[in-house]
Amino acid sequence: MEFLGLYHYWVFAVLLMIGFYAVVAKLNLIKKLIGLSLFQAAVFLLYITMGKVDGGTAPIFQTASQTNVFSNPLPQVLILTAIVVGISTLALGLGIVVRIKEEYDTIEEHEIQEIDRR
Amino acid sequence: MTGLDQHLPALQVAVPMVASAFVVLLNPKGLAWAATTAVSAMSFAIAIQLTMLVTAGTPLTYAMGSWPAPFGIALEVDSLSALLLLVITGASTIALIGARASIDAQIAADRQIYFYSAWLLAVAGLAGIVVSADAFNIFVFMEISSLASYVLIAGGPDRRALPAVFKYLIMGTIGATFYLIGVGLIYMMTGTLNLADMELRIAGVSDQRPILAAAGFITVGLALKAAVFPLHIWLPNAYTYAPHMVTAFLAACATKVSLYVLLRFDFFVFQQNLDGHTFQFAAYLMPLAILGILVGSAVAMFEGNLKRLLAFSSVAQIGYIMLGASLLSAAGLTAGIVHIFNHALAKGALFLALGAFALACTSLRFETIGGIARAMPWTFGAFVLAGLSLIGVPGTAGFISKWHLIGAAMELGPPGLALVAVILISSLMAVVYIWRIVEAACFGAAPADFPDVRVPPLLVTMIWVAAITNIVFGLVPDLPLELSRDAAASLLGHVK
Amino acid sequence: MTAVFGIFLLTLLVITAVAIVRTRNLFVATMLMGIASLLIAANFFVLDAADVALTEAAVGAGISTVLFLSALALTSDEEKAGSSRRILSFLVVAAAALVVIYATFDKPKFGDPEAPVQAHVAPWYIEKTPEFIDIPNIVTAVLGSYRAYDTLGEVFVVFTAGIGVMFLLSYRRAGHTPTSRAPDPGLRHHLIPRVLGRFLIPFILLFGLYVQFHGEYGPGGGFQAGAIIAAAVILYALLEGEERALQVLSRRVLMGLVAGGAILYSAVGFAGLLLGGNFLDYSVLASDPVKGQQYGIILIEAGVGMTVTGVLLSIFHAFAAREQ
Repeated sequence: MEFLGLYHYWVFAVLLMIGFYAVVAKLNLIKKLIGLSLFQAAVFLLYITMGKVDGGTAPIFQTASQTNVFSNPLPQVLILTAIVVGISTLALGLGIVVRIKEEYDTIEEHEIQEIDRR
Repeated sequence: MTGLDQHLPALQVAVPMVASAFVVLLNPKGLAWAATTAVSAMSFAIAIQLTMLVTAGTPLTYAMGSWPAPFGIALEVDSLSALLLLVITGASTIALIGARASIDAQIAADRQIYFYSAWLLAVAGLAGIVVSADAFNIFVFMEISSLASYVLIAGGPDRRALPAVFKYLIMGTIGATFYLIGVGLIYMMTGTLNLADMELRIAGVSDQRPILAAAGFITVGLALKAAVFPLHIWLPNAYTYAPHMVTAFLAACATKVSLYVLLRFDFFVFQQNLDGHTFQFAAYLMPLAILGILVGSAVAMFEGNLKRLLAFSSVAQIGYIMLGASLLSAAGLTAGIVHIFNHALAKGALFLALGAFALACTSLRFETIGGIARAMPWTFGAFVLAGLSLIGVPGTAGFISKWHLIGAAMELGPPGLALVAVILISSLMAVVYIWRIVEAACFGAAPADFPDVRVPPLLVTMIWVAAITNIVFGLVPDLPLELSRDAAASLLGHVK
Repeated sequence: MTAVFGIFLLTLLVITAVAIVRTRNLFVATMLMGIASLLIAANFFVLDAADVALTEAAVGAGISTVLFLSALALTSDEEKAGSSRRILSFLVVAAAALVVIYATFDKPKFGDPEAPVQAHVAPWYIEKTPEFIDIPNIVTAVLGSYRAYDTLGEVFVVFTAGIGVMFLLSYRRAGHTPTSRAPDPGLRHHLIPRVLGRFLIPFILLFGLYVQFHGEYGPGGGFQAGAIIAAAVILYALLEGEERALQVLSRRVLMGLVAGGAILYSAVGFAGLLLGGNFLDYSVLASDPVKGQQYGIILIEAGVGMTVTGVLLSIFHAFAAREQ
């Protein structure tokens, strides 16, 4: 169990790195947004991981006979919100990319910079 | 406190927010502008009333849904938030009243309902950040204000607005996500999201490593959003290619709200709970602030586009605010905070005037604004007045903040003299870049086909209102100074 | 057993993420993103977060894939350039990751019921929910009432994104007149998708409504329901052509949903204020405070569902209308 706990945090860190790298280093605008989604997904994992309680269940009261050990509902609520915020940002980002393609006929960052420099 | 007064913190956010949903249902185009302006004015009135309540007595708190903190979300309005609320709603209202002609010229009529709705969302989002006392709630409203700002900036008619806003979106989201990671780490160690509760509980946390990492993530994330040098690279293009009235509104308040969160988080949560943090805060931020002041002013001196020039000047002004904060003294914080207010007055007026110039000029570059002083003498007069305030000439609001900043630096003794030198040098640089504009506007060759454009009376009036506030708060600076002193004392009350 | 399953899912997730970044084909990357979202959702389920798992599956694997595909159709699905400033980027990223690893290295232990997170605030929710709100799903109670103000903000984030995309894509390019094209036939002439789709859509809609109205008792609520219902309508649009979908739900109706949901939610907040409570206080909505809380949650969830459905469909149509 100890190892699993650390493993969750390592995966969070690795996923964060992969996503962040794609955002910073990639030149294709859509790829940047894909990286941004991964980057945010890593943070979701961090929050949900910390809310887990051993032997707990989803925080929903069921029949009376059930034991009352629940995982923490609060991080789950926060991440529900964060997921929706993430998709909203993504939608707006894609809208901007579509407009950039219409105006510049490319979605590669360095090509756009070159066109603007001319 | 009577009935309605106690609900004002909630109304400050809820009124513009729900109004934004009504605006998209409006059909006739003039109505959208009128409704938005009226709602913004109402928010301004709420902010004034809140300020009066705060100056009269204790800070206001509000329990959303009547749930007690930390279980529910609490709102809190103190002197610092009141000052920010005045800046946000005031800048929005003044810009909106004058904005109609400029916005009609820059944005197609059938798209305006979305634009005005986004404007109100930006007001609600910024106000929501300022009144919130809950770390996660701040994130939610940060996203409302950011998304709304992206929409507003993307409304710029120049296609270069699009890559600029994309860059802003990427960097803004990285900043917000860093903030979210930091809040998550603190939450992991304390189990709470309420700022006041966090402060109490962090003191009992034995393992400081997550808290330290959280402080790093939150500071970098917010510095990104606040465009603190060297994380400012999204700012110049975003401000340059945004619609002119949007620049006037956002330049006055948007980055400062992130600075506000940075100050509040840092002082309320970290300062007294992390060993050596007080020193680190000053040691990291002061060099960045100084570099920001010098580099921002220097780039502005050589910039050819007027809006970009003023945008780089904003990078320098953010440096002043950070410099004041990094002194960690009552005088320094007061100077930094009062500069939030005074810079908003000067920059708001300058960008509004540029918006008026743009009605006649093909572009806002030195080559194309020749003769504008003769074509628009009134607007130009206000521009010069606001420019003097930006430089910090005695009698203007800008002087008040620089005077206090110099006073705070002198408290340090001999090393303070170096800071004074930085402030004086950058003020001289401001003289240079403002003079370059004045020179081009007065003596530059007017283009042969200079169109005969009258600036709409409402816009001229608002430019003058903004310019005159620079004089009023330069001569009678009691209100902002009193709020800033109180805010500085309350922030320092949290330092060991 | 669950532990092994968790490790398996996480490892697959990392492999998928690497593949997403490495592939040059954006279409492939989008599909892999969908898979990654499903893996994350499965992992959330293992971690007892049923509501979040449902949302991640509906939003991450469903809606965001649709959005990426719509955008790819309008741009290009090949990534031309690779990456730049690799070493610098890698260093920046590694620095951030090291800070994270430093912070989380050995504590608090995973699943520890004594961890600070479990000791403060959260137990209050678990203990008091039966007394104050009396609905089985604690997540819904926190989302809909204790932290209703966050959720209100979230609805307005979605609203902002909706009007933002409509604003951006309502721009008329100079010299570009929209031609009145022949109605898009969709997949109407393909028998198998059409029959299957017709069979599926009613069930998807029914499931969406179940998720909407069952949120107090099980995993679900307005966001998930909105995403699912929007998915059903988008499927209909793909099968029957976009025009037919717009005949069913016109742009005006969608705009009504977008604004109406946000207004409904805010109105519940103001109602609390007018009836003598604080903003978003539902206890005053009925003579019995517990009943009031339940009414309030049902109403705001309806508002959430309306806005989410309206925004997602409006965004879909805004992208689709650009394909000319």
